[in-house]
Amino acid sequence: MTRLTRWSAAELAARIHAQDITAVEVIRAHLDRIAAVDPALHAFLHLDAPAALAAAAAVDDGLRRGDPPASPLAGVPLALKDVFTTVDMPTTCGSRILQGWRPPYDATVTRRLRAAGVVIVGKTNMDEFAMGSSTENSAYGPTRNPWALDRVPGGSGGGSAAAVAAFEVPLAIGTDTGGSIRQPSAVTGTVGVKPTYGGVSRYGLVAFSSSLDQGGPVARTVLDAALLHEVIGGYDPLDSTSIDAPVPPVVEAARAGATGDLTGLRVGVVSQFRGDGYQPGVLRAFEVAVSRLRELGAEIVEVSCPSFDHALPAYYLIAPSECSSNLARFDGMRYGLRVGDDGSRSAEEVMSLTREAGFGPEVKRRIMLGTYALSAGYYDAYYGQAQKVRTLIIRDFATAFDQVDVLVSPTTPTTAFRIGERVDDPLAMYLSDLCTIPANLAGNAALSVPAGLSDDDGLPVGLQVMAPALADDRAYRVAAAYEAARDGADGGPLAQRVPDLEVAVR
Amino acid sequence: MPTISRDEVAHLARLARLAVTEEELDLFANQLEVILTSVARVGEVAAADIPPTSHAVGLTDVFRADVTRPGLTQQQALSGAYATEDGRFRVPRILDES
Amino acid sequence: MTAALMDYDEVLERFEPVLGLEVHVELSTATKMFCGCANLFGTPPNTQVCPTCLGLPGALPVLNGVAVESAMRIGLALNCAIAPWCRFARKNYFYPDMPKNFQTSQYDEPIAVNGSLAVQLADGSMFTVEIERAHMEEDTGKSLHVGGADGRIHGASHSLLDYNRAGVPLIEVVTKPIEGAGARAPEIARAYVTALRDLLRALNVSDVRMDQGSMRCDANVSLMPRGSSTFGTRTETKNVNSLRSVERAVRYEMRRQGAVLASGGQIVQETRHFDEATASTSAGRRKETSEDYRYFPEPDLVPIAPSDDWVQRLRATLPELPWQRRARAKTEWGLSDLELRDLVNAGALDLIAATVDAGAPAAEARSWWVSYLSQQANSRGVELADLPITPAQVARVIALVDEGALTNNLARQVVDGVLAKEGEPDEVVAAHGLAVVSDDAALTAAVEQALAAAPDIADKIRGGKLAAAGAIVGAVMKATGGQANAQRVRELVLALVSA
Repeated sequence: MTRLTRWSAAELAARIHAQDITAVEVIRAHLDRIAAVDPALHAFLHLDAPAALAAAAAVDDGLRRGDPPASPLAGVPLALKDVFTTVDMPTTCGSRILQGWRPPYDATVTRRLRAAGVVIVGKTNMDEFAMGSSTENSAYGPTRNPWALDRVPGGSGGGSAAAVAAFEVPLAIGTDTGGSIRQPSAVTGTVGVKPTYGGVSRYGLVAFSSSLDQGGPVARTVLDAALLHEVIGGYDPLDSTSIDAPVPPVVEAARAGATGDLTGLRVGVVSQFRGDGYQPGVLRAFEVAVSRLRELGAEIVEVSCPSFDHALPAYYLIAPSECSSNLARFDGMRYGLRVGDDGSRSAEEVMSLTREAGFGPEVKRRIMLGTYALSAGYYDAYYGQAQKVRTLIIRDFATAFDQVDVLVSPTTPTTAFRIGERVDDPLAMYLSDLCTIPANLAGNAALSVPAGLSDDDGLPVGLQVMAPALADDRAYRVAAAYEAARDGADGGPLAQRVPDLEVAVR
Repeated sequence: MPTISRDEVAHLARLARLAVTEEELDLFANQLEVILTSVARVGEVAAADIPPTSHAVGLTDVFRADVTRPGLTQQQALSGAYATEDGRFRVPRILDES
Repeated sequence: MTAALMDYDEVLERFEPVLGLEVHVELSTATKMFCGCANLFGTPPNTQVCPTCLGLPGALPVLNGVAVESAMRIGLALNCAIAPWCRFARKNYFYPDMPKNFQTSQYDEPIAVNGSLAVQLADGSMFTVEIERAHMEEDTGKSLHVGGADGRIHGASHSLLDYNRAGVPLIEVVTKPIEGAGARAPEIARAYVTALRDLLRALNVSDVRMDQGSMRCDANVSLMPRGSSTFGTRTETKNVNSLRSVERAVRYEMRRQGAVLASGGQIVQETRHFDEATASTSAGRRKETSEDYRYFPEPDLVPIAPSDDWVQRLRATLPELPWQRRARAKTEWGLSDLELRDLVNAGALDLIAATVDAGAPAAEARSWWVSYLSQQANSRGVELADLPITPAQVARVIALVDEGALTNNLARQVVDGVLAKEGEPDEVVAAHGLAVVSDDAALTAAVEQALAAAPDIADKIRGGKLAAAGAIVGAVMKATGGQANAQRVRELVLALVSA
């Protein structure tokens, strides 16, 4: 019998709603799985089994009463990146400075999940305040990649991606500022989506870089991601940057895409995203993926986006600048850690000691970088210039999307690197974001869908699909078509080929 | 090629209220210099006439009605506080008049 | 320790004072600038807060549309150009009364720029103050310093923070450097703040109570040596809590700076604190480095781009502006320039206009405000506008007098009752039974009684000395506590005598 934890969210929901199985059974099975493998994986920072079981029971009760399910995902378990506020669980953002903090309010995403009957089982590990590409910057220790326990699961949302890849949950929520959903998905063999900026509310999403942050779904299939996207997406009057328009029809697009016909679709391969620094196995896997798209009827063309070469430096000016301001509120005065208040010190001193003790090195680096870039005399050369590069990137995307319907690239230049390999070299770490950053700067939709394993180390590779702003459905359609074709060729979904963790742990 | 001195790092740390240690000053000075050299490339984009973008989303005029909405109770507001007194947040002595 | 002060006249001989006035106005909107918390004064601490104004992690701002309109109306009333496109910016610095450790404000893209306000001085002359800008920002929380001397920061052991006020909408109005004020600089500063206050009151956008902090003034003063064209170093004086303090603070700073410069010293660019009791300023704590606010556009808010249409619609909502009112008062009420000046100086013009709008004849409205009510204001030590009586109430009293229900004497008693917070004019009348007695039966009885007590007077009247009736009228007035309708009494006296 296939274990419940191997099913997709869509399958689980269908059976729960048909009352073939109970939501409580489903949650129990996943809690058991988490108990078995999370000690090795460390994807979760907090679990709330009683609350999860109670929420599941409530779903079952409703169904028994004859109520229609609250959403197509009611009763399905989910892991929430620990950057979203939850009233019934701590929200630490992977930082010592918020250790144990219980927010007095739920994020809009949290509220929507609860209202949809989705069962939040726990909060997942992340790079501190979403800054990083490996989850090694978490104050609570790294998360490990289920495909190889000595490797990183990517970051900043490594916990969410690992939890889904390891069958601890079929669904997770991440946030993507420079690639923090897509890159972990690429290196863990899962589907990760960054919706169009403004498509998912940021109210209750602890801000790292306000003009770039976006919450999004993580799943093992494109359809599951689409179903979750429709639950969390949509206008929120509490978020001024929220788009006042219906969620793009991503579920419909995922279903339509699964028929596998991409005839007439124009696909652009970004010429800047190859060459030095790209692992050969990754590039080969990418080429195979592109051929598959061609086989499905797509027309493949090469597209050049020259400004993308400046995307990384622009990002590493804009994001730290915004974060230096966003993180100023963490000073020990109103919530969180307070250090050094012995009655003799001033508020200024206590703030400085608290922040020194509470923030990790990457966070401090970025705060200082951002402070520098915004300071008098440097603003024009750094932050000001970066905002101009942003304009150029938006223009390059616009020009590209005049020629093609979607753009594709490898999601990240390498497969999962070893834990500890890049921690002392910030610049090397930043290179993980090369391909993902442009879509954050321009605000358009982008996702990563598993594209097989690299032939040089057997680790997962991701295919990035980018669509114009508000055309998230287009990316889902292409990803779904690709996924169906890939699974057909491989004899089954990649996700199911992850090494059996319980065996490894034993 | 930007060079960032230890003193500058100390100044940044002060502005950002970070009580960095002596070792950190050296380490961060090196790392920041490397990063700054890399990001300074944005200056190469010959772009005097290019307008900056602060928002990818082209929205304007987002307002709300001047109508009250339930907020937090005093207890909720103070719930995360390290120290409170008489319904207020208690903080160490403040040096500067703002 | 008091600083040395130069003789005021000597200051003017040697220097040109240059002023800059920054006025912060708390808007009287129902809710805060960026969240739906109530904008109320004087409630228990931290009971009007939410994740947004408390700066909790994850919270986001959403702009109050009425606050934006108020900002635009203020700009229009000050003859400013309204920016066709503007943004908010973050002003970054650490201070416990600012929950986010940045203030959401406007930096180089304010909503209104380049206006002016014509200010009338005591002698009737006009002085135009140029306005640099008006912009939107949010107020901070309130700190209580515990353990030091009278709640000041010096010597405090700790502080207590209340964030009810954090996020309340503020409009900051900044003047361009005010030059050419000369010896009248203190007076002009006061007159400007007064005129601005009256304007804001007319717009109904704020309570503008300096004593409650809904209007705050920072006075920037510098001295430029005569013959030079380079501005001197300026100081900024805060904690100026009344109109009188504005004038005194400016005067003091001019004299203090004059003394410093004369002795060869240099003015330190600093923030100073005004002390009401001694009418002097003192230095705040010296800062090592000047603050670098690292302004950048606020990414959580989107730009504001008011259409011409919207701006014109708002322009149409502006009430009669002070100079328009002055012009109308002269033509419609037939006032001379001197009379107008006196009214403006007394702060009475708007009150009179409002009383006229409530239905009273101009002459009587003026008479009440300028005589009896001014006396009352003086004896209580308050401004006319702060008397606890409204123009509508004054208009009602005037109406009662005009219809004969009150004599002027009784009317003053009614006004006293309203000032004593006993209620509306009609309520005071009823409570004290102050109405003029016009009931013929009652009056006849009183007249007969008075005549009976003074038979010789009746004879005199019959003999043709009609003036003698006055004595009977007087007696009846005394007997009725002044509430008899004197005219009717006289008629009755004459009728009864000849009957």
